[in-house]
Amino acid sequence: MMKIKSFVGQPIERLEDLRFVRGRGQYVDDLARKDMLHAAILRSSVGHGHIRSIDISRAQKIPGVHSVITAADLGTPTPRVPMRLHPMPEFEVFGQPIMARDKVRYVGEALAMVLAESAAAAEDALGEIAVEIEPLPAVSNHMIAAKNETLLFENKNSNVAMKFRAVLGDAAAAFKDAPYTRRESFSTQRHTALTIEPRGLLCEWDAARGKLTVSGAAKVLFFNRSVIARQLGLSEESIDMVEYDVGGSFGARGEFYPEDFLIPFAARHAGRPVKWTEDRREHLMTMNHAREAACDVEIACERDGTIRGLRGHVFVDIGAYMRTNGAVGARNIAQFMSGPYRVPNIDIDVSLLLTNKAPVGTYRGPGRFETDFFRERLFDMVARDLGIDQIEFRRLNLVSEAEMPYTVATITPFESKDELDSGDYQITLDRCLTEFGWAEKAKLKGKCVDGRYHGLAISCFIEGGAAGPKESARLVLEPDGTLTVYVGSSGVGQGLETAFAQIAADAMEMPIDRINNVFHDSTAYVSDGYGSYHSRSIVMGGSAILDAAMKLREAMCAEAARRLNCGAAEVVLADGHAHGTDGKSVSWAELAPEPISVEGTFLNKKHTWAYGSHAAHVSVDAKTGHVQLHDYVAVENCGRIINPLTLKGQLVGAVVQGLGGALMEHLVYDEHSQLLTGSLADYLVPTASDFPVVRGIVMESHPSPINPLGAKGAGEGGIIPVGGVIANAVADALSSFGVEPRDLPLSPSRVWQLIQDGLKPRDIH
Amino acid sequence: MPVRFEVNGKPVGVEVEPRLTLADCLRHRLRLTGTHVGCEHGVCGACTVLVDGAAVRSCLMLAVQAEDKKVVTVEGLSLEDRLTPLQASFRRHHALQCGFCTPGMITTAHALLSEEPDCDADRVREVLSGNLCRCTGYISIVEAVLDARAAYKRSEERA
Amino acid sequence: MKKALLLRFEADAGVMKLPLFEYACPTTISEAVALLASHDGEAKPLAGGQSLVPMLAFRVASPALLVDLRKLLELRQIKIADNGVTLGAMVRWRDILDDTRLRTAHPLLVAAVEHIGHYQIRNCGTVGGSVAHADPAAEMPGIVVTCEATIAVSGKAGERVIKSSDFFRGPLTTALTPDEIITEIRLPPWPAKRRFGFQEFARRHGDFAMAGAALFYDEDGQDRACNAHVGVIGVSDRPLRLVAVEQVLNGNKIDLALIAKAEATASAAVNPPNDIHAGGAYRKALVGVMVERALKSATTQRN
Repeated sequence: MMKIKSFVGQPIERLEDLRFVRGRGQYVDDLARKDMLHAAILRSSVGHGHIRSIDISRAQKIPGVHSVITAADLGTPTPRVPMRLHPMPEFEVFGQPIMARDKVRYVGEALAMVLAESAAAAEDALGEIAVEIEPLPAVSNHMIAAKNETLLFENKNSNVAMKFRAVLGDAAAAFKDAPYTRRESFSTQRHTALTIEPRGLLCEWDAARGKLTVSGAAKVLFFNRSVIARQLGLSEESIDMVEYDVGGSFGARGEFYPEDFLIPFAARHAGRPVKWTEDRREHLMTMNHAREAACDVEIACERDGTIRGLRGHVFVDIGAYMRTNGAVGARNIAQFMSGPYRVPNIDIDVSLLLTNKAPVGTYRGPGRFETDFFRERLFDMVARDLGIDQIEFRRLNLVSEAEMPYTVATITPFESKDELDSGDYQITLDRCLTEFGWAEKAKLKGKCVDGRYHGLAISCFIEGGAAGPKESARLVLEPDGTLTVYVGSSGVGQGLETAFAQIAADAMEMPIDRINNVFHDSTAYVSDGYGSYHSRSIVMGGSAILDAAMKLREAMCAEAARRLNCGAAEVVLADGHAHGTDGKSVSWAELAPEPISVEGTFLNKKHTWAYGSHAAHVSVDAKTGHVQLHDYVAVENCGRIINPLTLKGQLVGAVVQGLGGALMEHLVYDEHSQLLTGSLADYLVPTASDFPVVRGIVMESHPSPINPLGAKGAGEGGIIPVGGVIANAVADALSSFGVEPRDLPLSPSRVWQLIQDGLKPRDIH
Repeated sequence: MPVRFEVNGKPVGVEVEPRLTLADCLRHRLRLTGTHVGCEHGVCGACTVLVDGAAVRSCLMLAVQAEDKKVVTVEGLSLEDRLTPLQASFRRHHALQCGFCTPGMITTAHALLSEEPDCDADRVREVLSGNLCRCTGYISIVEAVLDARAAYKRSEERA
Repeated sequence: MKKALLLRFEADAGVMKLPLFEYACPTTISEAVALLASHDGEAKPLAGGQSLVPMLAFRVASPALLVDLRKLLELRQIKIADNGVTLGAMVRWRDILDDTRLRTAHPLLVAAVEHIGHYQIRNCGTVGGSVAHADPAAEMPGIVVTCEATIAVSGKAGERVIKSSDFFRGPLTTALTPDEIITEIRLPPWPAKRRFGFQEFARRHGDFAMAGAALFYDEDGQDRACNAHVGVIGVSDRPLRLVAVEQVLNGNKIDLALIAKAEATASAAVNPPNDIHAGGAYRKALVGVMVERALKSATTQRN
């Protein structure tokens, strides 16, 4: 019998590409329905105020307008955006009403919705809605928030939504007699995922059958369905969430936003299909913001550089409301500040502060990008103080394989613990140094060549993935002997259709071209799905497929045994046939005159930890502050590589997003809580000419012990260390100026200002 | 008002409001949804189409301005039964993930390669700098375009 | 404390489909002018659309009538003669880059255009559109001011020629009346031995300049600079001629010491505002660096 080659581990070209390169993808704005209405949302241009009146009478008379909906139409109390991750009763009061009723708390908050025959007519009508708002003082940053002079929620006496701590060992004791300590303040700026496809939804209500179809859902279809069901008083079975193609998520799309209630509500209210797509300006105002944090942290070390402890205070600006996952980034900053390093004593508290800005949520590596910047900056400062090589300092403190599973700080009050699963962090550091050519490049450190100052940096990181608790998959053996795969995971561009086909093909020992399709885009396919977030899909969805495959093979063997008159244990499945004893066999197609459908699941309570190292070589034009990236090497070890092509794509793509965050992206609010970055001319993301050299290297070793694939989630590692590495490289380049970057982004004007502040009296050439 | 032009080699006639952009006309009136809208203010490049052979931002063009012009979209740069060399190169190099910027990238690359099949990496990067991608980080896209030059040099693919 | 004032607003945040307007596509200049004149300031000319259409999309402009100039073919010519380079208002950036004559006929113009926008924008954006739009960080207005170009316009009162020093009045504000369209940008003749430099610093390739310098000078019989013209963009509400810098250069040999003095003089001569991309102090220093680098590149040219 022929052994089918393994598909897992191969750089299989993606199945999805066949439609995408032809322009045959179907994104939500591509959909149309007969009799469709368009929704447009009136958004506050005041950052904080009491709503005195909303007059929709003129808007209702605009030709083409079907109706205008305000909070009063949504029921009392106004439904709220629920929390998905870490829902705690103390957060509920900070939940966002679907539409503002009495008070508005950020620019962009929904005030009214117009349904009209065309998108343009709907927007024309928005211009005719008269809103009277009595402005309140703007709480425009976390320091103002902390003063509690103006409260966002008058029935709470504080703008601190929540506070928690990361604790390990005894930090007080560790610091008391530490031979060396250093205390610093750092900050990261507000920025966002900025998907190229803006959000959208198309909802249809079939009154006769009591069925709601929501197209354009993404990422967490099952959770969102349960919310809509509860809020609209429908059963979950009567709601179908359909994904279609999704133009990027990076953790931000797919969360439950106010529109995820409003558009289904509108479809039922109007009895007609309703379509909504946001424009770019709305997107910048309303899609989850992220990353804005400041910290005051202190490290304690022995004289030889061994870290004794980390302690400090972190302040996270979470915007005006606590939305579905607003606490995740904050928690991660505290819990993972130690990263892949051994820090035996930790005491870091995090305050979540409410401000009059768009609410925050997860963005790729939430909290991890911020905390790696804080930590790695501190490390380079410490290494220099102690006269220790920056690489050796890191080596000394990396958690070793022998210490795994290694327990990190515990978060109170969640009491959530976590442990690093497997890995040898030294090998990715070594690989990075070699590929980067550190020894050769090191000659340039701090030197001025042709007017530019050169610098290097390296850092180590971990990436948590595979969030549980569960995922489901269903495999169907079709009457023609092909296999159809259904998963609860969501496709957001990461190539799941291909990776899951590879996994299914190997699990069933069949050629990949006999997998006729992988469906991930509807709640109708599996009974209990969860979706794609926290880099979980390969591990969770893939392992669910393995479980389903095992069960399908059992079912096939049982059926074959019946037909071939032998024991099920004697059946061998190979070459598209089921072989019994004495040479008899039956084809898979013959086994399934009716399709055989089997569901599998995977339960998980532990995270996987992919890990690696990044190194950067920059040069800085001291007269303009421009940072040029000459080389960037990102090494990531993810336990088991399913598709090296797509994995490397994730890695490089994430690095470039990180470079945007380190150097140029910034959502800027003024002192009146007005969002100044309202377009892509002001919110700057990397383009093709900005970072021509980014090298991604993927490794597999030390499989994860916690799932049958041995894989580790690896979609976010590319972004996590970038802020720290770039800032350290800039510090290295400008060491002769005494420049120590403490804040991101390192835009040209900020770098220039750092140089002016640190300038020694000497000529710059 | 009425406007008549050619799209992907076929004559079309539509009745439009002057304010309808060419992008919206192609997508919603002609149902050619391969051209995408990502910003509506001329920055992201997802809406790039060819008008008389030149790459333009269709979100900044009014449909009425297409009168008598030859418009080519990503659908017109595709074949029924197989991928073009440029598309195959994108696939081979994993030059796309979510696919949303891809039609704009392909259209722009096709215009560039048709005029400059000898372009180098810097030129490719310069030309593609007007097309935003959030997924790939661009490296693989540049590689894909460079790898497709051979087909354009053989003159098979010129616009 | 609560303020008594209530804010009543009807334009909202976040609207992007274009507003309603009427549209005309005249075939002659006089027809275009008549249309603009007839709408009492509520009509706007549409050239390449790369600046105007985004403004319509954001609804910061809402003209009652758009007058499309694309059929005015006489505005698409590039003329090179003894009296200089004349660019029809509808000449596109791409046309300038494709016209190889301009590399010698006006290399400073070409150097500036190479920094403009992106590939797709260059296929549509026009000289006249950029000058009429008058973004303080745009390259073409900088060239107009540095080179003392004149702007020929046509309006209901007939034709007139506006000097560059009179044309730019403030951010997005020019001397044009609502009925007028630019017909030509006339650049003075360019001697073959002239030295020039163009330097711009933008956040990313193709972005508007945070500061930029366009300059030229001629040399007298003793290799001393004369007739220096130094223009800067991105540091004021309009492009500026830095006369103080020109005075530093004229009559002197351009060496490193003089360049350093020119840099300092340029910085001292401007007072840029703060914005979200940069503080005023940064732009002040940056424009000096742009002048310095433009001068250095001018001195190393081979003619």
